[in-house]
Amino acid sequence: MTAQLSSGTAACPGCIAAPAEPARPVPEDVQIALSLPGIHCSACIANVERALNAHPGVEDARVNLTLKRAMIKAAAETHAADLIPVLERAGYEAHELDPGALSATQSDKAGRDLLMRLAVAGFASMNVMLLSVSVWSGATDATRDLFHWISAAIALPAIAFSAQPFFANAWSALRVKRLNMDVPIVLAILLALMTSLWETALSGEHAYFDAALTLTFFLLAGRYLDYRTRAAARSAAEELTALEVPRAIRLVDGAEEEVSVASLAVGDLIIVRPGGRMPVDGEIVSGKSELDRSLLTGETLPVFAEAGLAVCAGEVNLTGPLTIRTTAVGEDTSLHRMADLVAIAESGRSRYTSLADKAAKLYAPGVHILSALSFVGWYIYSGDIRTALNIAAAVLIITCPCALGLAVPAVTTAASGRLFRKGMLIKHSTALERLAEVDTVVFDKTGTLTSGTPELTNLEDHSRADLEIALALAEASSHPLSVSLAKSARDAGIKPARLEDVVEVPGYGTEGMYRGQPVRLGRAGWTGATEGDQTTAWLAVTGQSPVAFLFSDSLRPGAAEAVQAFRDGGKSVVLISGDTRGAVQTLADKLGIETWIAEALPQDKAAHVQDLSDRGHHVLMVGDGLNDTAALAAAHVSISPASALDAARVASDIVLLGNDLSPIADACDTAVKATKRIRENFRIATVYNIIAVPLAVAGFATPLIAALAMSTSSITVSLNALRLR
Amino acid sequence: MEVLAYLIPISLFLGGVGLVAFIYTVRSNQYDDPEGDARRILSDEWDDKPKS
Repeated sequence: MTAQLSSGTAACPGCIAAPAEPARPVPEDVQIALSLPGIHCSACIANVERALNAHPGVEDARVNLTLKRAMIKAAAETHAADLIPVLERAGYEAHELDPGALSATQSDKAGRDLLMRLAVAGFASMNVMLLSVSVWSGATDATRDLFHWISAAIALPAIAFSAQPFFANAWSALRVKRLNMDVPIVLAILLALMTSLWETALSGEHAYFDAALTLTFFLLAGRYLDYRTRAAARSAAEELTALEVPRAIRLVDGAEEEVSVASLAVGDLIIVRPGGRMPVDGEIVSGKSELDRSLLTGETLPVFAEAGLAVCAGEVNLTGPLTIRTTAVGEDTSLHRMADLVAIAESGRSRYTSLADKAAKLYAPGVHILSALSFVGWYIYSGDIRTALNIAAAVLIITCPCALGLAVPAVTTAASGRLFRKGMLIKHSTALERLAEVDTVVFDKTGTLTSGTPELTNLEDHSRADLEIALALAEASSHPLSVSLAKSARDAGIKPARLEDVVEVPGYGTEGMYRGQPVRLGRAGWTGATEGDQTTAWLAVTGQSPVAFLFSDSLRPGAAEAVQAFRDGGKSVVLISGDTRGAVQTLADKLGIETWIAEALPQDKAAHVQDLSDRGHHVLMVGDGLNDTAALAAAHVSISPASALDAARVASDIVLLGNDLSPIADACDTAVKATKRIRENFRIATVYNIIAVPLAVAGFATPLIAALAMSTSSITVSLNALRLR
Repeated sequence: MEVLAYLIPISLFLGGVGLVAFIYTVRSNQYDDPEGDARRILSDEWDDKPKS
């Protein structure tokens, strides 16, 4: 306040006595991002923008239909929570996105940069090609020299600008004394420019300016395709992360305030409402509830929670509000310790060398030696360094990996696009190649093969009277078991009994009065029953022994089809879960999975996957929980559903966007096809080299032949990739 | 062949105009939402001046 006063009045010392108007802090605009999964047409855009712009506080709202997102610039006091109901009234589903997790602008900059270089290379190569065509069709003497000089004037700055990514990559490889695909590329471009300049200065016949430029253009096109595919996957993955806005409710002197999870400190009191996820590790101070630990351990039975129980970040609170004293935040939480396990296991993936790298390893030394040999050979034979250099340059240009540079990105772009339409997101660039090698599939149970929602299994065992009471009690609670029971009973045409004084007792169940007698629906201990190993809710009516309502986890749609398809494809399927033996065995029998392991700890899962890999199997791990993350990272390739925890999605190569599991089997087929196409493309590129290289070494290659060979091979490779669509 | 003295600069100039126009479209975020922009021309909410 004092700072504001002094700055406001410093201009005139005489005014110090005058009551200065407190400088009002300029309200800073906030940026709000909303995900709008339901929009699809021009009317949607107009409706959403009209609804948002009509809301007070919103300065500017713009919908991006490609990303299905709305970016809103609004006054500081506007919250996303105020805007979501506005859109819901207009008929659109909306979710808040964490703008911090969306680095769209940053990644876009890299894409824009590549696009700009691609445009410059394209522009320059077209112009130079136009001049080259005149030379090839018979321009001679001064005209030819003039055309060559103009070509040089266009090519030199254009290449200096657009080939920068290759220069940078080649340099970083050479600095650590290694060879990559970019080293021969850069060498070919530079040598072509140098000899062409030299030839032009001596009014020679052949100049390769057009070749150097088309080479750059085709290679940049490959890079851009590659970038686009991964950028699309990255932005979708980012959106999944951004959907979980990290907020917590902190208690300060009895008042609740909403803060970001990052600002919590050890010792803070926080409130977790029913349905909320624990943001930190802590200890329950007050409140009674049940906890769903399935994402951490795979157990489907909810755990009873009361004061004194330690809770871990990631557990879900089911019935009553809990007050928690924070014991560990951020890096120290069990969530993060689990992430450390992932970091150790990560080496599994980096062991894989991509097909492109394998090709480069064979290819790069090969062309260098060939080109050097032809230089030496021609120098000895003709004694003319100019001829020798010209031929060495021609060899490098002709062998240059135009087709090789396009072979992989063109195929992965086509394959990723195809899988994206089926609801799969390919996050890692070599994920498809690794997926094609899979021979063993390991599934997690809870949340992966099952949907994580309980289903009543023994409805018909109960009398109508019991069901009516149970339905009436269940409808008073939002506990997942109650919701499922109520739904099954309603579907069976049961009407609720008339009860009085129905109350939910958090952590135990619901109770009420039925014809003057107390009735209870809830946990075993509370209703006087003994606990079994299956998920059960007990109904206790006074004067009768408690009756059990048994639940099993419902199968995820497509799970049976996916498992069947893998077995038909000759792959072995394994089920590893942290859940109890009974639950795991039931599911394994239902799906016909012969190998299963129950009560596995996170380390056991990872160790088992590692063991399979050591025995020479290529393992595909499909899992969603925190207890799966280490196994996901250790596996040859991994898939997680979109409902998985953030940590699991980060650890996996492919994210399944929909609820249906069946696309996983399709993805394997597509991956096999894609790898076949990549190999085909390599073969096409090799065949073209086998024809063209002897011509170049023998000294018959002209710039025209180089241009023709380069274009045809690149186009063949791209067309071959398109067959995958 | 004197005609070349005019034709070459003209062709380079026209190509350059295309390049500059493309760079302008990239710089002004015109490729951020290709799907949305394709639909926006069907919108009935228009006025006679560009949005600032």
